[in-house]
Amino acid sequence: MSCALLLLLTSLALVMGTGTAVEIQRPRGVPQSKRQFYEENKPFTCLDGSSTIPFDQVNDDYCDCRDGSDEPGTAACPNGSFHCTNAGFRPAFIPSSRINDGICDCCDTTDEYNSGATCQNTCREMGRKERESLQIMAEITKEGFLLKQQLIHEAKRGQEDKQGKLTELQGSKKGLEGKMEALRTVKKTAEDPEKEAKERHLKSWEEQKELIRMEKDKTRMAEAFLELDDDADGYVSVAELQSHLELDPDSDGSLTETETQGLLGGAGKVDTSTFETVWSGIKDKYLSEGLSDPPAPVETPKEEESRDFVSDHDSDHYPEDYAGEEEDVEDDEEDDDHEEEEKVPPTVQTPEKREDDELSMPPYDTETQILIDAAQKARDDFDEAERALREVDGQMKNLEKEIGFDFGPSAEFAYLYSQCYELSTSEYIYRLCPFNRVSQKPKFGGSETNLGLWGQWAGPEENLYSVMKYDHGQGCWQGPNRSTTVKLTCGKETVVTSTSEPSRCEYLMEFTTPAVCQEPASLDEVLHGHTEL
Amino acid sequence: MGPLLVLWLAGCLSGTWAVDRGNFKTCDQSAFCKRQRALKPGQSPYRALLETLELTNTKLTLQLINDNNKVRLLLELYRLQGNMTRVKINELKPLKPRFEVPDVLINDPPTEPLSLLSRDENGVVLSLGADSQRLIVSAKPFRLDIMEGREVLLSLNSRGLLAFEHLRIRKDTCQEVMSLSLSHSKVDPEGTENKEETEAANEPAEGEEEAKEDEKVEDGMWEETFKSHTDSKPNGPSSISLDFSLPGVENVYGIPEHADSLKLKATDGGDPYRLFNLDVFQYEVFNPMALYGAIPVMLSHSAQRTMGIFWLNAAETWVDISSNTAGKTVFGQMLDYVQGSSETPQTDVRWISESGIIDVFIMLGPTPTDVFSQYASLTGTQAFPPLSALAYHQCRWNYNDQEDVAAVDQGFDDHDIPYDFIWLDIEHTDGKRYFTWDPHKFPQPKDMLQGLLDKRRKMVTIVDPHIKVDSSYKIHNEIRSKGFYVKSKDGGDYEGWCWPGNSGYPDFTNPEMRAWWASMFAYDQYEGSMENMYTWNDMNEPSVFNGPEVTMHKDALHGNWENRDLHNLYGLYVQRATAEGLIERSGGVERPFVLARAFFAGSQRYGAVWTGDNAAEWEHLKISIPMCLSLGLVGVSFCGADVGGFFKSPSTELLVRWYQTGAYQPFFRAHAHLDTPRREPWLFGPENTALIREAVRQRYALLPYWYQLFYHAHHSGQPVMRPLWVEYPQDTATFSMDDQFLLGRDLLVHPVTEEGARGVTAYLPGKGEVWFDVHTFQKHNGAQNLYIPVTISSIPVFQRGGSIISRKARVRRSSSCMEHDPYTLFVALSPKRFAQGELYIDDGHTFNFDKQKQFIHRRFSFANNALSSRNLAPGSQFTTFSWVEKIVILGASKPSKATLKTPDGKESQLEFEFDASMSVLTLRKPGVNAGLDWTVVLQ
Repeated sequence: MSCALLLLLTSLALVMGTGTAVEIQRPRGVPQSKRQFYEENKPFTCLDGSSTIPFDQVNDDYCDCRDGSDEPGTAACPNGSFHCTNAGFRPAFIPSSRINDGICDCCDTTDEYNSGATCQNTCREMGRKERESLQIMAEITKEGFLLKQQLIHEAKRGQEDKQGKLTELQGSKKGLEGKMEALRTVKKTAEDPEKEAKERHLKSWEEQKELIRMEKDKTRMAEAFLELDDDADGYVSVAELQSHLELDPDSDGSLTETETQGLLGGAGKVDTSTFETVWSGIKDKYLSEGLSDPPAPVETPKEEESRDFVSDHDSDHYPEDYAGEEEDVEDDEEDDDHEEEEKVPPTVQTPEKREDDELSMPPYDTETQILIDAAQKARDDFDEAERALREVDGQMKNLEKEIGFDFGPSAEFAYLYSQCYELSTSEYIYRLCPFNRVSQKPKFGGSETNLGLWGQWAGPEENLYSVMKYDHGQGCWQGPNRSTTVKLTCGKETVVTSTSEPSRCEYLMEFTTPAVCQEPASLDEVLHGHTEL
Repeated sequence: MGPLLVLWLAGCLSGTWAVDRGNFKTCDQSAFCKRQRALKPGQSPYRALLETLELTNTKLTLQLINDNNKVRLLLELYRLQGNMTRVKINELKPLKPRFEVPDVLINDPPTEPLSLLSRDENGVVLSLGADSQRLIVSAKPFRLDIMEGREVLLSLNSRGLLAFEHLRIRKDTCQEVMSLSLSHSKVDPEGTENKEETEAANEPAEGEEEAKEDEKVEDGMWEETFKSHTDSKPNGPSSISLDFSLPGVENVYGIPEHADSLKLKATDGGDPYRLFNLDVFQYEVFNPMALYGAIPVMLSHSAQRTMGIFWLNAAETWVDISSNTAGKTVFGQMLDYVQGSSETPQTDVRWISESGIIDVFIMLGPTPTDVFSQYASLTGTQAFPPLSALAYHQCRWNYNDQEDVAAVDQGFDDHDIPYDFIWLDIEHTDGKRYFTWDPHKFPQPKDMLQGLLDKRRKMVTIVDPHIKVDSSYKIHNEIRSKGFYVKSKDGGDYEGWCWPGNSGYPDFTNPEMRAWWASMFAYDQYEGSMENMYTWNDMNEPSVFNGPEVTMHKDALHGNWENRDLHNLYGLYVQRATAEGLIERSGGVERPFVLARAFFAGSQRYGAVWTGDNAAEWEHLKISIPMCLSLGLVGVSFCGADVGGFFKSPSTELLVRWYQTGAYQPFFRAHAHLDTPRREPWLFGPENTALIREAVRQRYALLPYWYQLFYHAHHSGQPVMRPLWVEYPQDTATFSMDDQFLLGRDLLVHPVTEEGARGVTAYLPGKGEVWFDVHTFQKHNGAQNLYIPVTISSIPVFQRGGSIISRKARVRRSSSCMEHDPYTLFVALSPKRFAQGELYIDDGHTFNFDKQKQFIHRRFSFANNALSSRNLAPGSQFTTFSWVEKIVILGASKPSKATLKTPDGKESQLEFEFDASMSVLTLRKPGVNAGLDWTVVLQ
C-alpha cells in the first residue's frame, strides 16, 4: 500500500497545481472504429453534435460534451466510456469512472495510467485461459450437441411410438365402443325377458304370500278372540278388552270404557263375526297375552369394516412413489378404483327380507333361471367391455398429456420426463424430477419438503428453454410458498450441479443437460466472435 | 437454509404484525413508576436547612429534610463553565452507596465560582455570572428557580414532585420501613422540627419511630413480578423523581429513543415516555414505548431561548410531560391572544428513575448552538467516522457465503452503483459464536476481504455481546475463567437465551473485561479479520430472549451493582470496548467504525447507531426523520434507519423512496430480514435500478459536504441533520416540522414519503432569503410554503442562498476510489450577492488529523464579485491531489471576464458559460489545488 502511495505521489506530482492531465500522444480511450472523429489539431465536435471545442480540450480532464465524447481517456465525464485494446485478449469498454481509480480493470493496464496502481498486463494469460476454457466448452458443446441430436432422435421416435400407440388405441377404442354398444343391446335383449319372468315369479309369490298372510291373520284373530273371551261366552265384551292397555287410542295410559266401546264399534260386546271388523282396527297394536315383551331390535350390520377396506387404498397416492416408475400409473389407479367398487361387499340387506324371515321366496323356476343366467352373462360381458374402454381412455389421456408437454422445440427435453436427479449437500438431499417437482430431504432424518411443482419454462424470451420454474411448494412461515428456479446449462451429462437459497424459500438449482447444447461454431469462429465485442 | 426458521422468533411471535405490547411494561406495571406517578403536584414535604449551607469555590452544599419522614438529603449545586448549572441530590447518609453514573461525562465538568447575592430565612440568591442570571434557593418548601432578569427560565420542584425513596432495611413481616410517603395529604406537625434537627436524623432506626404512622406498605417494593419473571429487589424501593417547570415554553424535544414525532407530546392521560433499553420486536410508530437506546436529555425551545435538561441516570426512567397549552385548540389559543389572557404557556416535565441519584445538568443555552456545545462539553462529541462509513452500506440478514458476497459485489459493478461496505449478519459465524466463521460458507474470509480490498471496499461483521455457553468455544472459556460474565443474583454466571441458545453476558462495565474484549479484535486474535473489516454490535440492550421484557434481569449483578442501576449504560460500554478494540488493532492509527443498536448519553463518542428493526412500511419511512432528528439534538449525529425496512418486503415505490430519503440521512444502509425476498438495487427492473443508482450517486457526489458536517459534529458537537428550528429559532412555523430537515445549515431536504405522491409542500424558511433547487437551480424565496410537483425520480433538495457547497462530480465504485478526484463548487448567492462555505479534507481514515494536525480546512467566500479560498487552519498541514474542477455560481449575472489569481502572483483567464434562463454561471476548470489560496474575480 505504501509502495503504491509513493508511486502515486511521484506520478501525480506533475499534475498537481495545474490540474491538467498527463500529456498523451493521441486520444486515449478511443476505439479504432471512432478514431476518425478525433482528428488532431482540428476542432472536435461532440459525437452527439451538441457542441464543438478546440482539440486541446479533448482528454483535458474536463467534461465539455454532454455525451462525454470529449473525454474518452479521462474520468471527467460521468457518462463516458473508455476503450481498452487488451491485445492478446478481447477489447472492452469500461465506464470512465473506472479510469485511474486505483483498480486494474483493463488487462492491458491502460485504464490505470495515472493512479499509481501497479497493474500487470494479464491479457495474454487471460487470452490463453479463455481460449482453453472456450476449447473445453466447445468440446463439451460439441459432444453435448451430438447427444442432443440423439435425444431429439429418440424423442422423435418416442413421440412417434406414442403417437402410433395413440392411434392404435384410438382404433381399439372405436372397436371397443362398437363392441360395447352391441353388448349393451344384447344385455337389454336379455334383461327384458329376465325382468318379465322375474316379475311374474314375484307376482305369483306375492299372491301366494297374501293368501298365507290372510290365513295367518284369521288364525291370530281366532286365537285372540279365544284369548279375549275370558268368560267363553262367545262374545268379547268391553270389560274383556279393557285389560289390553296397549290398545289405548290416545296413549294416555288408561283405556276407558268409552274408548273400549269405540274400539268395539260402539257395541257393548261383539261376536266372532263382528270381531272381524274390530280385529282389523286393533291387530297392529294387539299383544298376545302370552308374549307381552316387545320384539328385540333388529341388529344393524357393521359397515366400518368395509369402509376401512376402501380407505386403505388412499394412503399412498403421493406422486413421489411413481415418479421413478414407468407411465401407466393412472391406469393402475383406475384399476384400483374398479377393484374397490367390486370388492365392496353388498351393504345392508333389505329389512323386508328379515321381517318375513320364515316366508322365503321359492327358487325361480328353471325357465326363469335360464333367462336370469343369460341376462347376467350379458351384463358381465357389457361391464367387461366398459372397463376395457375406460382403460384405453386412461392410456390415451396419459399419452396425450405426455405428447402435449412442451419438451422444447425438438422435444429434446422429453427424456427427462418421469426421471429424477439428486444432489446431496452437507445437510440435505435435493431431488429434481423434471416436469414434476423439486424436493429437499434432510440427510439425517426429518420429512421431505416440497420446493415447488412444475410451473413453466421461464427463460428470457430469446432463450425460453434455459430456465425451468417450479412453484407452489410448501408454504413458508410468514412468507411465500417455496419455489425453485432451475437453470439449465450445456453439459455432456444430466446432473444437478448445485443448489442454493439466495432468498428465503426461493431456491436456485443448476442443472446440466445436453438438451440445451447449441450447435457449436468452429473454435475460430468462437474466438473471432468474441473479438468483435 | 431449509424449512427450519428462526425457531426463537417462531416461538415468541403471534402471526399478526405489530408489537406485542403485553411483553413490555406500562407505567402501571412498573411498581416504582406507579408509586411515583400516584404522587400528585402539591406542597413539597422537602425543606432546605439553610444553616447547613456551605459555599466553596466550586459548589454550594445544603441539606434538605423531608418533613414527613425526617430523612435528610444532600443537595449540591455547581455553576459549570459554559452557562450550565448542575444539581445533585443524594441521601445525606444512605444505608449503602447509591449508584452514580460513571464513564459518561468526559471529565469532571469545570466549575465557576458561585457568589452569594443575598440570604435570609426564606432562602438564598446566588449569582450565575453574567447576564443577570440568578439561582434562587427557596427553603420552605424547597425549590430552585433560575432567573434571568425578572424572567424565570426554569424551576425545580415547583410542583413539589421531588421524591427520594431512601434505602432501608427490610423487615421480616410486611412492616418494612417505608418512610417516604408518596402522598402529600399528611402535613407534618410543625413542632417536630427542632427535635428532628438535633437528632442525627437519618439513622434509619431512629427515624423509624416517628415515621411509622406515615408508613405505607405497597406492592412491588421488595419484589415485583411481571409475566413469569420475578424481580427480587434485595435493596427495596430506591426510586427518585423531580419536576421541572419551563415558563414560556411550548416545545420540548429529545429523550430518544422513541418512534414518535420530533416535538414531544404531553403525556397526561397516557403513559410517560419511557427510557429503558429494550429489544422491541416489530415496534409501532407514534407511541412513547421504550426502544433500543436511551438518552436522558431534553431540549426546550421557544422563540426566545433554547435550553436543555440532562438527567444523568442509567436506570429505568420515565418522563412525564404536560403543558398548559397542549390541550388547547388553535381557536382557544387565539382567544387567549385576543383577550390578552394572562396565562403564559408553560411546559412541566417530570423525571422518574428507579434507582441512583438525582444528577441534573441544566444547559441554559440561550441558542440551540450553545446548548449543543454545552452538552458536548459534558459528554463529548460525535466520533469522526472514516469517510467511507458515510458512503453507502449494503446489508442483509444474511449474505449466505463467500460466493454470495462476491456476486453481490459484482452486481454493484455490473449495474454501476457505488457502495463501500458489505455486511455480514449472524449467519456468517460458526454457530453464532462471534469472532468465528462458518467453516463451510466462509472458509477463506481473508480471500474474501482481499477481494473487497482490491476494489477498495470494506466489510462489517457482526459481533454481539451474548456469548454461547460452550466449553469448546475459546471466547466463552476465557470469559468464564476470568470471571468476566455478569452474575445472577445468586452469584453464578448469569445465563440467558439468545441467538446461539444458552448464552453468557460479558460484564462490559468492568474495565478489565473491556480491555480483554478490545484485545480480541487484534488481527491475530480475530482470525480471518483484516484492516478493511469493521464491526457491528447488535442486541446490546442487552437482548435476552427469555428475560423479563426480553432483557436482562434487573437483579443480575455487575460487580457490586445491579443491572437495575446501570441498565441503560450496558450498550454504550459494548460499543466502546469494540471501538477501542478496532483502534488498538491498528496501533492507534485508524479511526474505528462500529454500529450499535443500544446507546446512552455519550455513545456518540464510539460510532454510529441505527433505529433498529423497523418495517417496510411508509409510516416507518416517515418516522425515520424525527427519530434521527431527535438523536441529532442530543449528540448522536451518526444515525440512520434500515433502508427498505427490516421486516416485511417493500413495494418497489417504497424501496425507491427509501433510497432517496436514506441518501440524505447520515447513516445510509440497506438492510433486510432473513425471511424477505432479496432486494439488491438491481432486482426491480432497469427503471428502478436507475432511480436507486441516481439516489446513491447523489450521496457520493455530496460526500465532501457530509464529511465536512461530520468534522464539525466531531469538533463542536453541532448536529449534522437538524430540525429547521435549530437554524431558524424564531420562526414558530418550524417548531414542530419533522417531514423535512436541514443538513448542516445549507441544504434543506424534503424527502417524498407518501405513497403515490404527485407533489410535496416544502417550507423554505428565512424571510429575505432564497433557496436554489439543487437539481434545476431554480431560485425560490424563503419564508414560504412551496408546492413541488414530484415524479418518482424527484428528491426535493434546496441549497441556501449565501452558501458554498463542494461536491465530487466523478462518482466511482467506492468513496476510496474518489479520494484524489477534483471538486466542483456550488456557490449559491444570497440576494445581497454574498456566499460562504467550507471545505475539509484529510486522509479520510486515520487519527492524523487530530494527532498531527494533518488536514486542510478552507473557507470559501464570495463577496464583491470575487470568490476566494482562504486557510481556516493555519497550524495544520496536509497535501491533497484534489483540485478545483468547476465552479457553478447560482443566481449570478454574466461577467465580461473571470480571472483566476494564485498566490504566486499569476493570473489566468477562465472560460465560462452563462445560462441566462437560470442565472447560472459555470467557470471552466480553474484547476487550482484544493489546498491552496486562490481568488477568482468576475468583471
